[in-house]
Amino acid sequence: MVNIQNLHKKFGSLQVLNGLNLETPENGIIAVLGPNGSGKTTLIKSILGMVVPQKGEIKINGKKIIKHWDYRKDIDYLPQIANFPGNLSVTELIKMIKDLRCKPARDKELISLFKLEPFLDKKLNNLSGGSKQKVNLVLCFMFNSPLIILDEPTTGLDPVSLIRLRKLIQNEKEKGKTILITSHIMSFVEEISDRIVFLLEGKIYFNGTVAELKKATNQQDFEHAIANILSENHA
Amino acid sequence: MLKILKYSFKDLSRSRWSYVYFFFYLLLGIVLLFLNNDLSNAVITLMNVIIILVPLIGTIFGVMYFYNSREFTELLLAQPVKRSSIFLGQYLGVAISLSASLILGLGIPFVAYGIFQSAAIWDFFSLLVSGGFLTFIFTALAFNIALSQENKIKGFGMAILLWLFLAVIYDGLFLLSLVYFQDYPLDKFSLVASMLNPIDLSRILILLKLDISALLGYTGAVFKDFFGTSLGSITSFGVLILWVIFPVWRIVKLSGKKDF
Amino acid sequence: MERLFIILVLFLAVFAGHASEIEVCKTCEISSIQKAIDFAEDGDLIRIKSGIYKENGIQILNKSLKIIGENYPVIDAEMQGTALSISANNFSIEGLKIINVGKSHTEEFAGILVSQSRNFKILNNKLDNVFFGILLEKSNEGVISGNHITSNARSQSNSGNGIHLWNTNKVEIRNNKIVGLRDGIYLEFVNNSEISGNFCKDNLRYGLHFMFSDEDIYTDNIFENNGAGVAVMYSKFIEMRGNHFRKNWGSASYGLLLKEITDSKLENNIFEENTIAISADNTNRIEYLKNDFKNNGYAVRIRGACYDNFFKENNFLYNSFDIGYTGRLNNNEFTENYWSAYTGYDLDKNGIGDVPYRPVKLFSYLVNRTPEAIILLRSLFIDLLDFSEKVSPVFTPANLMDSQPLMKKVSW
Repeated sequence: MVNIQNLHKKFGSLQVLNGLNLETPENGIIAVLGPNGSGKTTLIKSILGMVVPQKGEIKINGKKIIKHWDYRKDIDYLPQIANFPGNLSVTELIKMIKDLRCKPARDKELISLFKLEPFLDKKLNNLSGGSKQKVNLVLCFMFNSPLIILDEPTTGLDPVSLIRLRKLIQNEKEKGKTILITSHIMSFVEEISDRIVFLLEGKIYFNGTVAELKKATNQQDFEHAIANILSENHA
Repeated sequence: MLKILKYSFKDLSRSRWSYVYFFFYLLLGIVLLFLNNDLSNAVITLMNVIIILVPLIGTIFGVMYFYNSREFTELLLAQPVKRSSIFLGQYLGVAISLSASLILGLGIPFVAYGIFQSAAIWDFFSLLVSGGFLTFIFTALAFNIALSQENKIKGFGMAILLWLFLAVIYDGLFLLSLVYFQDYPLDKFSLVASMLNPIDLSRILILLKLDISALLGYTGAVFKDFFGTSLGSITSFGVLILWVIFPVWRIVKLSGKKDF
Repeated sequence: MERLFIILVLFLAVFAGHASEIEVCKTCEISSIQKAIDFAEDGDLIRIKSGIYKENGIQILNKSLKIIGENYPVIDAEMQGTALSISANNFSIEGLKIINVGKSHTEEFAGILVSQSRNFKILNNKLDNVFFGILLEKSNEGVISGNHITSNARSQSNSGNGIHLWNTNKVEIRNNKIVGLRDGIYLEFVNNSEISGNFCKDNLRYGLHFMFSDEDIYTDNIFENNGAGVAVMYSKFIEMRGNHFRKNWGSASYGLLLKEITDSKLENNIFEENTIAISADNTNRIEYLKNDFKNNGYAVRIRGACYDNFFKENNFLYNSFDIGYTGRLNNNEFTENYWSAYTGYDLDKNGIGDVPYRPVKLFSYLVNRTPEAIILLRSLFIDLLDFSEKVSPVFTPANLMDSQPLMKKVSW
């Protein structure tokens, strides 16, 4: 699905991605993990074309994407910070994104799933962080794109919504989609991801299943396995 | 791009600041016309306001809008939309809504006063055209600054410095060089120097409709021959258009390279 | 037959013992104006019926005649010199239309030429496409009124003046309309005359031009869009009242040019949209009272050697520069004028501003030295500069000020 070769990105003097190679399978949930500043968000944004890499190539379904834009109609993206134009109401925002995408959308279904009906006519400025994140989720999942990228999807969600989100992600996976996720909640990652991609210093340090990770680090527990990688490399 | 423009415009049309700006001009127009009751004097006062305030508001508002809509921009960047369309759309949204505030704010009192029956209609028209150009120019310059400067505070600082330079300092340097080199023929130099600053150029274009035209002739043939002819007005408007096109082209260029 | 008729007429005239009337028309016994004049006696009336009379060089010599045109008979001089020349006392010319007077570089051809005459009236004639319109030489005590003179002067060297007076005294020039000549009205060595209610427009050089003429009055005239409105040169004791100088707008254009004038008075004149409303050069003892200066480039530009001029109760409204000043103050005084640019206050509410107004801006001083600086007119930097100069004058004459600026416009 996504094929990345020798990706380099520098912000000023800071080398964030340093010759990264990645090949994702056709479907399944892939969690991109790594310590702060390891380049998770930069990797995601490179795939989305929001960051322009200095070197390297990214292909989605065999097509080069750098300096192109229409491939994004096959990507659904959930950004990390759910901040929207404050003067618009929720309905207007959804309408606008639908208008931009020109694709059928299941916004009604998602709105009722996250119980957003009472907020529809409110200005986005007046919404709480959690409600904004729910709007964010609606915007992301309402299109039926084969590639979904979720940057910290759990931020600000209450437990009920978290369960709904988990279910939603599973459903999407069963439709045969590729889903890239970053998260700090290890239990969430362990539960839903098929593969773990671990970034360290701008490169892929580990790429495999949760079980393989546990095995490689000799840890029973997923969280410890991650901690193990970090301590080994920083010791 | 039209869709982005539509939404930026919609967003701005609900912003408090657009209304403040609109009502400011409305009030200014009403006060000048109905309290002063002298049309030509009102046009001169308006010119002073326009060549100072429009660039200032254009730069500040442009920079502010850009920084404040960063998340909106990121949301759009993840959509299947061309990058340059996003920024051009936002730019046009800001520039058009500012121009609309200006034109409606001043236009309504002037129409109510009966500008269409007045000989000052062309003075007023040139005032609005110059105001429109200045809005488009300075909003574009503001977007350039904001695109190349991540730091909000620095961006604001640069925007204000840019305004200060073009509105005041430039003319100071200009005058200084005129006085310093007064023994040399200066008319061509002055002509070029006034062309290079959009504020000066707009001021002269408005004044040509008012009092400067006669006074220009008084100083030397070059000014009069230039500004008095249609070649002069075409060149002046050409330069103003270039002043819009160049920064806009740079917006496209910068936006292609920028990371978010 | 014709002869018989004339004899009969003359006989009747003599017999009746009073002035007779001669009728001229295309089908009359007398079909030529010159012939009518030749036959006429002192005190006769010649009535010219409408029609086109292709005559030039018509002459009246020492006959007191009254010539009246009915429905504007046309005298077409066919570009051949002067149409009508008169040297006589007690005559009047009325209701003629004179066209196509020839141009010349050596002679002053005119529609109506009056020389060495006394007590005459030239009334309600129309002159078109003339070189000079009405030309008076060495003639006294006349009235020129209600004439309408038009031409299409293109260059100063190849055109004449509308009403031209030379060495002539006690003439009244009233309610004439003069469009498109070199000078509208030109006076040289003309004393004790009155010029009023005339309208001079689109003349190449001046609307009204005084040279070496003293003790004249001109009132209620309108001067519009001439090369310059009025030039008063080398004259004294001139009274200028209620005139309207407007739209003398163009490079080096004036509303009123005063050069070497003394002991004169300007009152209730309106100067509107002139590049320079008044340019004063070598003028002494002139009173400017209750004039309006509105939307001019310069309202008053005082050049060198002007002494004892006095400005009181004038309105200076929205001029680019109120006063342009070269040299020292020289006892010129400004007091109790209204200045639209005045920003002072009146705490004691006596109608007079509490801080003096300085009408000379630093910028006008700069423009004097570096004319190109005009391109910075009304820019923010210049406003700031003028403001600082206002607060503490360095370059402009410190004592040039109106210490009693009015808070309200003077109405008169």
